[in-house]
Amino acid sequence: MDKLLAYIARTQIWKSIIRHGYPDTPRNRTLAVLSNVVLHLHPVKVRRSGIKLSYTWCMGGLTFFLFLIETITGLLLMFYYRPTAELAYQDIFALREHVPIGVMREVHRWAAHLMVISVWLHMYRVFLTGSYKPPREFNWNVGVILLVLTLLLSFTGYLLPWDQLAIWAITVGTNMARATPFIGHEGPGAALLQFGGLQFVHAGDDVRFGLLAGRFVGEGALLRFYVLHCLGFPLIAAVLMAVHFWRVRKDGGISGPL
Amino acid sequence: MPQFIKDLIDAISAPIPYTVLATALLAGVLIFRKWVTKPPVFIAFSALGIVGFIGAFPDPNFKQIITKPDNIPIIILIATIVFFTWLALRRAVINDERIKNGQPPLEGEMAKKKVFTWPDLVYSELICMLLFMAALMVWSLLIQAPIEEPASMARTPNPSKAPWYFLGLQEMLVYFDPWIAGVLLPSFIVVGLCAIPYLDKNPKGNGYYTFEERPFAISFFLAGFLLLWVSLVIMGTFLRGPNWSFFGPFEYWDHNKLEPMVSINLSEYFWIKGLGQHLPQNILVREAPGFAFLGFWFLVVPPLLGKSLFKKMALDMGVIRYAVFAHLFLWTALVPLKMVARWTIDLKYIIGIPEWFLNV
Repeated sequence: MDKLLAYIARTQIWKSIIRHGYPDTPRNRTLAVLSNVVLHLHPVKVRRSGIKLSYTWCMGGLTFFLFLIETITGLLLMFYYRPTAELAYQDIFALREHVPIGVMREVHRWAAHLMVISVWLHMYRVFLTGSYKPPREFNWNVGVILLVLTLLLSFTGYLLPWDQLAIWAITVGTNMARATPFIGHEGPGAALLQFGGLQFVHAGDDVRFGLLAGRFVGEGALLRFYVLHCLGFPLIAAVLMAVHFWRVRKDGGISGPL
Repeated sequence: MPQFIKDLIDAISAPIPYTVLATALLAGVLIFRKWVTKPPVFIAFSALGIVGFIGAFPDPNFKQIITKPDNIPIIILIATIVFFTWLALRRAVINDERIKNGQPPLEGEMAKKKVFTWPDLVYSELICMLLFMAALMVWSLLIQAPIEEPASMARTPNPSKAPWYFLGLQEMLVYFDPWIAGVLLPSFIVVGLCAIPYLDKNPKGNGYYTFEERPFAISFFLAGFLLLWVSLVIMGTFLRGPNWSFFGPFEYWDHNKLEPMVSINLSEYFWIKGLGQHLPQNILVREAPGFAFLGFWFLVVPPLLGKSLFKKMALDMGVIRYAVFAHLFLWTALVPLKMVARWTIDLKYIIGIPEWFLNV
């Protein structure tokens, strides 16, 4: 067995992929992290306290893992889903009726709920250990934006099944936008923005209209939410996550007493 | 579970007792943290909670609301929040004790030693991932993702609820107009969270659990996160039914339940009840009491607090930081204040100018 492994580690294919040797030495352990694009988000060495579950709760890592699950299951779901008012509900229903042991939608939905919880718990832990304090102020801010993005991802996904729960939850949620000061047609100050009795801000051009592409949650809103859910927010989140992880390293690794 | 306990629980989950008890619980846990966080005490309380939960299960109304597939995450939220709050406070109590004795915190002892990422960290990440994936698959195989009737703008379900993580904000709609509940408060939450590292000038407690080195920061955050956010999410999920009326966990969701809604503006209190006059015609004069109150709240209270309760903090922070902090703090405090005012004196608006959509 050992001979076979040693042989594989000597082949040109293996060497072209993994650039360090096989023996378990400190040098190889270091290279394992440094020469791997995914692993190099980690530092080579970490504080013992930084990997204790009772300290980190593993919630940040879990959130990232859930993001990956959401990406993979979401990609599979996209094959079966057409974001139009006629077809969306049918497609979701067909997913349940026609796919044997189809669990992708279940995994996607439960993981989405869990991701919101794990982000909150991650923030909770970071606050309680004072890990937002210098030099990590900036990364805390990146984290806050990622928290908002997680909620937005979940919120835009809420509409896609196009059932009663979806459409009314989004109606309740986006009704708030009517009342945005100045740019919502029922917001304070909006009535002041007029010229000769002509309202600049009305139900047909305010911020809610921009969000929903219409005066109510309809076909335009579905497409808009679909694009943001599948492409817009994940892209921004992925970029910010890269920044977030990189800064964890650059700011001195997982926090610990100074 | 006997009926009188159900009735008792229904009674104490009405808004006023619910809020009072939740606040008292948090205060009690923080004050008596040394006792409460002892593992046997915590296990005893948890066991009591679990036994109560199982005992309540046969009740049809309780079962219906708890086993709704989309409510299961909220149960997980409650369980994890309780557990992790205990864990953090337990570690804080131990660390505070160690620091008092001149020892470094638990994390300090371990931080001296560094280990290789490969394999130590990567392996524990892998194990976490696999266990978690397995649990998620089991959950997904057991419980189907719900799908309701096709979307229809013609039929409004009652109650219509926002996604569960926004239910705290939807609860705010009872007490505030949408421009505050839906726009201002969430913006302040995001801005406030972002501002935390720049407002908290206390250098202690960086990288380890502690309570005594930063009692105000932790108490304030716990009050905001646990009382004003998580507890309102729980309330919105389990206790708000048709017409957004209040229902105890064992109560049937009766669509005809009516709650008297008598709401009086501050201006009416001042001019009609206080001075026995008609409301003045001029809007600004009419709402002068409200403007006076909010002016006092946001302009006079901060310097008063800065000279008294927050004296040391204000000195550490400097003028600008303190002004930002005091503003955010007073907005946070205005939320429970308005809730209490609604419950006790039926106060509707502090400033009520529906003509301009400007209601506070």
